Amino acid sequence: MSIDPIIQSKPFAITLDVGTSLLNKTGTWRNERPVYLDRLPPCNHTCPAGENIQAWLGFAEEGDYEAAWRQIMEDNPLPATMGRVCYHTCEGACNRAGIDEAVGINSVERFLGDQALMHGWRIDAGSPTGKKVMIVGAGPAGLSAAYHLRRLGHEVTVFDANPQAGGMIRYGIPKYRMPREKLRAEVARIEAMGVKIELNTKIEDISTTRKEGQFDAVFMCIGAQLSRSAEIESDGKIPIHDAAVVLRDSELDNPNQLHGHVVIYGGGNTAMDVARTSIRMGAISTTVVVLEAQEDMPAHSFERDEAIEEGATLKYLHSIKRVNGRTVTLEKMKVSENRWPKPTGEFDSIEADVIVQAIGQDVDTAILQNTPAVNLKDGITQINEAMCTGEDGIFAGGDMVPSQRTVTSAIGHGKKAARNINAYLRGEEWVAPDKHEVVTPDMLNTWYYSDAPRTVRPMLDVVRRKTGFAEVVGDLDVDNAVFEARRCMSCGNCFECDNCYGVCPDNAITKLGPGNRFKFKYDYCKGCSICATECPCGAIKMVPEDI
Amino acid sequence: MTQISETKQKVKFYQTGTLTAGNRLLEEGHRSVQATVDRSNSLDCGHRACQGCGEALGARFAIDAAMRATNNQLIAANATGCLEVFTTPYPETAWSIPWIHSLFGNAPAVASGIAAAMKAKGRDDVRVIAQGGDGGTTDIGFGCLSGMFDRNDDVLYICYNNEAYMNTGVQRSSATPGAARTATTMPVGPEPGNDFATGKSVPLIAMAHQIPYVATASVHDLHDLEHKVSKAMSFHGARYIEISVPCPLGWGSKPGDTIKIARLAVQTGMFPLFEAENGDVTGVTKIRQHQPVGEYLKLQRRFAHVFKKENEDQLQALQAIADRNIKRFNLLPSGGEEE
Repeated sequence: MSIDPIIQSKPFAITLDVGTSLLNKTGTWRNERPVYLDRLPPCNHTCPAGENIQAWLGFAEEGDYEAAWRQIMEDNPLPATMGRVCYHTCEGACNRAGIDEAVGINSVERFLGDQALMHGWRIDAGSPTGKKVMIVGAGPAGLSAAYHLRRLGHEVTVFDANPQAGGMIRYGIPKYRMPREKLRAEVARIEAMGVKIELNTKIEDISTTRKEGQFDAVFMCIGAQLSRSAEIESDGKIPIHDAAVVLRDSELDNPNQLHGHVVIYGGGNTAMDVARTSIRMGAISTTVVVLEAQEDMPAHSFERDEAIEEGATLKYLHSIKRVNGRTVTLEKMKVSENRWPKPTGEFDSIEADVIVQAIGQDVDTAILQNTPAVNLKDGITQINEAMCTGEDGIFAGGDMVPSQRTVTSAIGHGKKAARNINAYLRGEEWVAPDKHEVVTPDMLNTWYYSDAPRTVRPMLDVVRRKTGFAEVVGDLDVDNAVFEARRCMSCGNCFECDNCYGVCPDNAITKLGPGNRFKFKYDYCKGCSICATECPCGAIKMVPEDI
Repeated sequence: MTQISETKQKVKFYQTGTLTAGNRLLEEGHRSVQATVDRSNSLDCGHRACQGCGEALGARFAIDAAMRATNNQLIAANATGCLEVFTTPYPETAWSIPWIHSLFGNAPAVASGIAAAMKAKGRDDVRVIAQGGDGGTTDIGFGCLSGMFDRNDDVLYICYNNEAYMNTGVQRSSATPGAARTATTMPVGPEPGNDFATGKSVPLIAMAHQIPYVATASVHDLHDLEHKVSKAMSFHGARYIEISVPCPLGWGSKPGDTIKIARLAVQTGMFPLFEAENGDVTGVTKIRQHQPVGEYLKLQRRFAHVFKKENEDQLQALQAIADRNIKRFNLLPSGGEEE
């Protein structure tokens, strides 16, 4: 047996030449290795429009507002609008809430949307594909689908029965929440991409219009505009209106019926909108009769609180029994075991000059008369995973399909429908990419985030709010928008704080420079996991080695 | 006393501020040396320290900062101990600076000699550091260290304090805290672990020598540590910095928790961060998130016995030490937290 001459030439137990320790590959000690990964921030996870919030806040943190806006526009074509009317479930999920307060995502979105309108930033249409798509309904779902399809290069025509585009954003959301000039400007930006919007055009029958216009695909999103009404016994002395009609009339500047003592029946956001509108129209009193208990009512708590601040009275756990002259008889309810309100047989009465019912809306399904393959269930259009109805090439979304019935979910439906219609037109199938693991607070090391309170958007003085339709929630300015954005913890996505690179006891991380993040030197990494523990945002995971 | 804040942001709000090593939102000058691509990596890859070694981390932090502060004109003398053994097993070295090891107890004297030699050669651009663990500093090298202070030799001595003789198998040193389990202070009998009211504080002893600069630092607060090392290099004469470096092996902690434990040592008051000039305390680093000592102790097996009911007095005694530090150095923020 021969002995290796190199080893033989060295002293006992010495195998290396004199030199640096770099010859000693300590990576062999390791039984688990750190890996960089991008996890899914809870804001992105919960956004019904599928926005990459963490990414656009990242650009905003650096003060690059245009890049931030372009990132929003990948998913949502109406940031100035959504920055006002979205119910921002993202903020409800924000991990920052565990430290101080959730990041004011909605206010930063609004700021970016307004910046875009101020600077006239635009988005280009895609290169032409020669395919034609028809969209019925110029509400948020229709506008979103039109925008995304146009970016993909398809020709798009949107039909709407109303005199203006916007759907429920315009005809269901009062001006004090949604100034019309912002909506108009955002719609105009979509039209500038080449989207045709045919207003005052009610489609009677989908199949006929599709054939006549030679459309390759159809997206239906006509919303839910028929108000439901409760059976109220009445002698007909005072009017009983529908919420959707009242809100629509106030938008169309029709002589409004909200005067004297206004009683609103319902506990949802629409009921709050009607109450706040009636206060602005000069009602003497505004009372909202809510069937549920305060904690069970469907309206968002901030909408309820703002209505109360402005002077609305809420009567929880009451139903309207009958109306005699100006006297409204209410029956007291009590909460049953399954939280469902039950009548008690005890009564109460209030005065009213007008009653508005705001207890929900249904879909007008007349449009579907000649499409027998479209499947309806309880008046709601049924769709498959690809948002397609039973009829070939006819897709549906927004409030007419099973959904949360919010503007944001409609925007998301528009995007999803556009992807699926695009795939359909190309004879392909849209496959959504796998979702990353959602970031939970325990994955973060919150020590590293500076303490900072949330910059609350200035609220208009309550008195000023009540007397007009001026916008209620004010703007962030350039300084506090960047401050707000910088409160983002970038959950699950490396923001290049250099901590891993700094804290490795083995110098086993290479810094690749701005925008390129870092790389592990697995030859030397001993797998101590300090980098993973000290990563503020949870973008490093320890993975067992195959041993 | 003023707060140490020269290198810290005055703010404006920058997401993580100077709490992280770097920060893309801050100007380069406000980021740490460790965040730079061209840091000197004075202690390079391939050394043989255990997983999660706090001393290896502290040494790279301190020497890289000193290299930056001296324009890379630096020589280091090293006492015997973990740092010497894991960096230079023959025939390798993990040091990328001129580095010398002689004996366990004579590192301050060797450094004094180097400084004298440099002076004789007229090389006033070359600066000298001596470094060692707590054993080599507080016990074995203490005579040489006191002499170096006494003569006010132009040397910065850095003690990486992991609170026992880790290299030889975790024996007690005069820096081991009360109740701690070591190989020579086993957790048995009515007063388990190390005795209370023993040991010494070398930073306070150094201050008693009236030397130009004394500071304590922690591997958890990188900006603070780098600030103190750079500041030390702006003085001539004898200087002393003691850095808290958790030892996963000796403390019985998870390797990944090294910085977390160092942070808790500071946030509980067990390891006060301060600096002193010419014998007077001139600044303290305030506690940002005050915690009870149990939070720090429970992550370490060497203190496991203090959580037993019969040893409740030990836990209270440790809390009393932390409380005394907080009071003595005024560590709690007054009037709200620093932004």
